[in-house]
Order: sequence, then C-alpha cells, then structure tokens
Amino acid sequence: MSLQQFINEAISPWMQENGPDSDIVLSSRIRLARNFEQVPFPILANQEDLDHILDFFQQEYGQQSFGNYHQFELVRMNELQSIQKRVLVEKHLISPHLVEHSNHGAALISKNEQVSVMVNEEDHIRIQLYFPGFQLEKALKQASEFDDWLEEKINYAFDEDRGYLTSCPTNVGTGMRASVMMHLPALVMTQQINRMIPAINQLGLVVRGIYGEGSEALGNIFQISNQITLGKSETDIVEDLKSVVQQLIEQERNARKRIMDQSGVQLEDKIFRSYGILSNSRIIESKEASKCLSDVRLGIDLGYIQHIPKTILNELMILTQPGFLQQYAQKNLSPEERDVRRASLIRERLKLENNL
Amino acid sequence: MECQECHQRPATLHFTQVINGHKKEVHVCEKCAYEQGYMSQNSESFSLPNLLSGLFNFDSYPMSQSKNQTSSYEAPPKLQCEKCGLTYDEFTKIGKFGCAKCYKTFGEKLNPIFRRVHSGNSVHDGKVPKRMGGDIHVRKQIEEQRQKLNHLIRSEEFEEAAKVRDQIRMLEKQMNSEQGDGDQ
Ligand SMILES: [Zn+2]
Ligand SMILES: [Zn+2]
Repeated sequence: MSLQQFINEAISPWMQENGPDSDIVLSSRIRLARNFEQVPFPILANQEDLDHILDFFQQEYGQQSFGNYHQFELVRMNELQSIQKRVLVEKHLISPHLVEHSNHGAALISKNEQVSVMVNEEDHIRIQLYFPGFQLEKALKQASEFDDWLEEKINYAFDEDRGYLTSCPTNVGTGMRASVMMHLPALVMTQQINRMIPAINQLGLVVRGIYGEGSEALGNIFQISNQITLGKSETDIVEDLKSVVQQLIEQERNARKRIMDQSGVQLEDKIFRSYGILSNSRIIESKEASKCLSDVRLGIDLGYIQHIPKTILNELMILTQPGFLQQYAQKNLSPEERDVRRASLIRERLKLENNL
Repeated sequence: MECQECHQRPATLHFTQVINGHKKEVHVCEKCAYEQGYMSQNSESFSLPNLLSGLFNFDSYPMSQSKNQTSSYEAPPKLQCEKCGLTYDEFTKIGKFGCAKCYKTFGEKLNPIFRRVHSGNSVHDGKVPKRMGGDIHVRKQIEEQRQKLNHLIRSEEFEEAAKVRDQIRMLEKQMNSEQGDGDQ
C-alpha cells in the first residue's frame, strides 16, 4: 500500500478538516455514558446479557444512519487482531479498557468516524462524538440529538435525583465528559503552564497529557475536561470549560507573540532544526519525534514553514504510534525496529509535501 | 450555631452552596465538612479509592443524628443490592456500582461520596431522557414555579404571584393530560 493510501485510511476524515481556532485547539469531544435500565452494569452482568446487548446493537443500529453520520458499523472486539484493536485505540475510537475486557465489547462507528459508541465498556453505552477545532457547543448539540435517537429504542438507567446512572460514581448525573485537545507549545516553553494547571484544577477541570505517561505531555498536547458530572447541567459544564479554553487560547497566542518578539531568530532556529531532524533522521524515538513535530507545527502556525499543512502534527502523532507503525509494516516490530520505521515514515511523509 | 450534620459540635465553617440554581446555606463543623464531602480535597486526595477508603473508615463512627443514640451504637444491617448482589462494603472497595438498583439500595449513604466527587453536589441538574423522562420535565418546572410563588408571596408581590399560580395550574393540567396519553 502507498503511504498516501495508508494515511487516507488511517486518519479519520473529520480530522483532516480545520475547525475554528485550530491553530491551538486540535479537536473537541463529547462523551456520554449511558446504561440499560434492566441489565446489571458490565462489571457484574453475565455473558448472555452482554451478548444480548451486542446483538441488539447489531440489529437496531448496524448499517443505519443518523443525520450526517452514515452507515454505522458494529465492530466486535473478539473478531479483531490485537494490532487492529491497537489502531482503533490510537485513533481514539475506542478505549484501552474496551480492549482489555474485550470478550463482549464492541464499537458502533460511523463511516466518517466522527461518532463512535463503545458497547459494554465500563458502562453499557459510551457515546463519543468528535469535531475538529474548538466546537464544543456543536458537539454537545449533536451528541445530545444522537443520544435521543438511541433512546427511542432503549430504556436508559435514569433516576430523577441522581440523573443518568453509571457504573462509576465519578460519571453519574449527566454522564458527560466534555474535552478539548490543545497544542500549547509556547505556554510550555515559557513554563507558564506549570502555574496554570493547578489554577484550572481548582475550577473543577482536569488537565492531562494525551500522549506519554504521567505528567508528561508529549507533543505539548493537552486534554482539558470536566471533572464534575453531577449537579451541573450539560450546558453549564460546557460553558465553564469553554471559558477556560478561551483564556488558554488567548494566553498561548500572547506567549507565542512574546517569544517571537523577544527571541524570533532563536525560535526560528529551533523550529528549523526540528524540521531538519524529522526530514533526515534514520532512528527516532516517539519522545523526540513528538517534540520535533510540535516545533514544526508551531512553525507552520507562525508562518515560518509554509508548504506543510497544519494537520501534520495530529496526523503524525497518530501514525507514529506503535500500532500504526506495525500495521503499516504488516508485522510485529521490536521497539528498536519501530524507531527506524518511525523515522522513515516521517521522512516519506514530509517528502510527499515537497513533491507537490 | 450547631453543626447541621452531627448536631453535636459547633459549626465552624459557613458557606453558600448553589444547587439547581438555588442558594443553600451550609453550617458544619470541620469534621463533618470533610466526612460529608462538603470540603473538596485537592487533587492528590481526589482519587476514588482515597475517597472511598475515607468513607469506609468513618462508617465505624457513631453517625447518629440525635445525641442520645451515640452511646448505644450498633453496626447497621448489611446493605446489599437485591438485583445484582453487590454489598455496600464491596462497593466501597471496588468503587463501582453493580447495577442501576444499587443507587436506590445505598440511597442516602451515597450523598457524602457524591458531594466529595462532584464539588458538593448530590442531585442531578441536567438532561432528562425524552421518552423515559415522562412528566419529570413538567414536574421540575412546577417545582421551580412553586418556589418562585413562595418568594413572591413573602415579598407581597401579589399581582405577580397570581400569574405564577395560574402558570402552575396550567402545568399541572398539562401533566395530567400527558399521563392520560401514556395510558393509551
Ligand atoms: Zn458536625
Ligand atoms: Zn445492584
């Protein structure tokens, strides 16, 4: 398969679009947790119950369409190879939890991959809906409409006082987790982010890196999401998150401007060195790759680099994950082999742009 | 002023909580503020096992509401969900509910947990399912209007109050007719 073909299949169509504020906000997501009223939650349900739910989803929603979301396909975990599952995780279409408890898990995915419903994860139903850029309200509206569409055929576990009932007490109420993925290189460079994270936590929001482990945020990509799901309406939760994200966008833009004004040449140098590493290296670990990709993306946003599309950061962060590298190679790879493959995939990808 | 939770120690913490858009004054002692989840701990103690193990411990305290019971505290009967079989003790260990029924079974005992996890909230204030929700939508509206009515009467704005009262009657009618529809 050619690299271009592979990329087209690997990157969800919605990801290749540019949304509002996409110089900083890569994507917006709404996740809703729902359960069947009459069936114990997956943690205690018996196998028949869970299989029954899978069959129900296949029958009622398989090949159906709703709004802009067409041809839903139910992908059962026990029918996939482990690399295929890993690829779905790296595309954020399913969670590692669904893979780990995969005997009765499945995902109902729309053709454009904007909607993915995990079935029999920690809850019976986890609706996820993505939008490119900063579009939380739109995502909430469509997620809620989609939720209504599912509800036409399902009796949800709901209580007037506690709201939507979920397996974990941290999700009860709205069952909603709203989040945005943000690229914040300048706030990291100026170390402002270290002061901002505790302040954001105080507001009931969670900040974490998407790639990398612990407090590390590879590629300077952060996810900001709501912690509280009970006692606040969906709209209020989204409003509160929105206003914090708005401030972060402003701060990041100011920091970028300041760095450019005060040390423009140094910044330009850093960006082009990273571009040099990506275009020439023969072995590259994911940590270095994500650092360089973040620099190059910043270079594109600031106009230093002009012939590469913005989506390259998001795209290559995903394509250079272990699952994708192995799928492209069509075999299992050792970590050392991956570093070689990663370097060559990035070189090839950048060459595609130079040939245009 | 005595603490509104234990009614034993003096209230040392006073604050206003906004729940469902209504302000509620809270007066509690420091111990109850922590144990009943009014005080949200910082992120390090936020993980669920921490929260639950904290709760598990204070289960052994005499938590009675009146003073004269404290001396003769006895262990409560074992709480167990009749649908999925999960006990309250198991719940505090795994930090997960087994089914929808667990919520009703464990009932009020969950309030402190929810308050701690959700910044002092224990009652839902968001979406209601369209089909399943039935008359909850209307009931919530009626409740809001009643509170408004009380407020207006107290401040002697009788003209406004009469309008609100009419609205409540209309909503009640609507609710009754919807119930009629449901029977078909
Ligand atoms: Zn007290
Ligand atoms: Zn139960």
